[in-house]
Amino acid sequence: MFDTQLVMLEDDYQKVSAVIERLVRDANAKGVFLVDKSGQLVAEAGNMVGIDTTSLASLTAGCIAATGGLAKIVGEEEFPIHFHQGQRDNLHITLIGSRMILVVVFGEQSSLGLVRLRVKKAGTELAKIFEEIKKKAEANAGSADSPFSEITDEDIDNLFSD
Amino acid sequence: MSFINYSSREINCKIVYYGPGLCGKTTNLQHIYSKTNPDLKGKMISLATETERTLFFDFLPLNLGQIRGFKTRFHLYTVPGQVFYDASRKLILKGVDGVVFVADSQIERMEANLESLDNLHINLKDQGYDLKNIAYVVQLNKRDLPNSAPLDELTASLNPTSVPQFEACANTGQGVFETLKAVAKGVLSNLNKAGG
Repeated sequence: MFDTQLVMLEDDYQKVSAVIERLVRDANAKGVFLVDKSGQLVAEAGNMVGIDTTSLASLTAGCIAATGGLAKIVGEEEFPIHFHQGQRDNLHITLIGSRMILVVVFGEQSSLGLVRLRVKKAGTELAKIFEEIKKKAEANAGSADSPFSEITDEDIDNLFSD
Repeated sequence: MSFINYSSREINCKIVYYGPGLCGKTTNLQHIYSKTNPDLKGKMISLATETERTLFFDFLPLNLGQIRGFKTRFHLYTVPGQVFYDASRKLILKGVDGVVFVADSQIERMEANLESLDNLHINLKDQGYDLKNIAYVVQLNKRDLPNSAPLDELTASLNPTSVPQFEACANTGQGVFETLKAVAKGVLSNLNKAGG
């Protein structure tokens, strides 16, 4: 599942951003976040200013991992949809393909039904984009065309110089 | 594994601190947190019990600066060390780029160290990883305690493959940044090898 690193080029990123920005509008959501299962935030959209997105990403991944573990215990492969209901805001979490997690934050201006409907469509589109990214990564595996192929010890030491 | 975003020009990597219960994994992160410039770190999250034992994980995001025009962001995690939290430990290893094994130098914790190291191998294997292919360093913590085992004995048992090893006292911070630097270096070198 994580045998290749995730490399996201500018145009892939634009495609992903376009899908989640549309999802924010279509689902009347406050924010949409796309998180890698290892806890990295991949993309975000919406207007949740000042929110700690790094923590959101790592906790989402932890939550998905924990419920995935529970699923296996009861004989399920995975629980692909999670819904957390709050007083004001709610979280709708869906698995996209084998690697991505889509988090939608929404309040009273939307509804669970609408979010589920819109997420279904956006999820299919995102899964397709990430499938392409994966294929691209596999095709390029082993090629030395990377900005990191020439990292020197000195570069790394410089990071710790202060 | 690592996530490279060409749009925001960021490299994100995940480092996991592993080791037996009470060996000082959380203390390592707390020291890093307390000594890092506020601009370079995010919020530290500890999912712990009421008695401050790690329940699920601790998490600390850290920015180390730029390399070849890319911002390097490291996500540091600890696992819960207590034996019965094995299911959680396994989950935290998902997508790991580098592992620090924190050993407790006290002579009476030798068995716990060995058990945890064995558990690390098993859990990594379950996730499809091998310690040989990811950045890996060993930290011998609590070197300041009077009942700590001799260095050569610990090295022979816990670091048979001679990966980078550091003596530490996470409470005072001795050896903490040296360990972090070594594992980060290993992760970045692996990026180099992976060729993007």
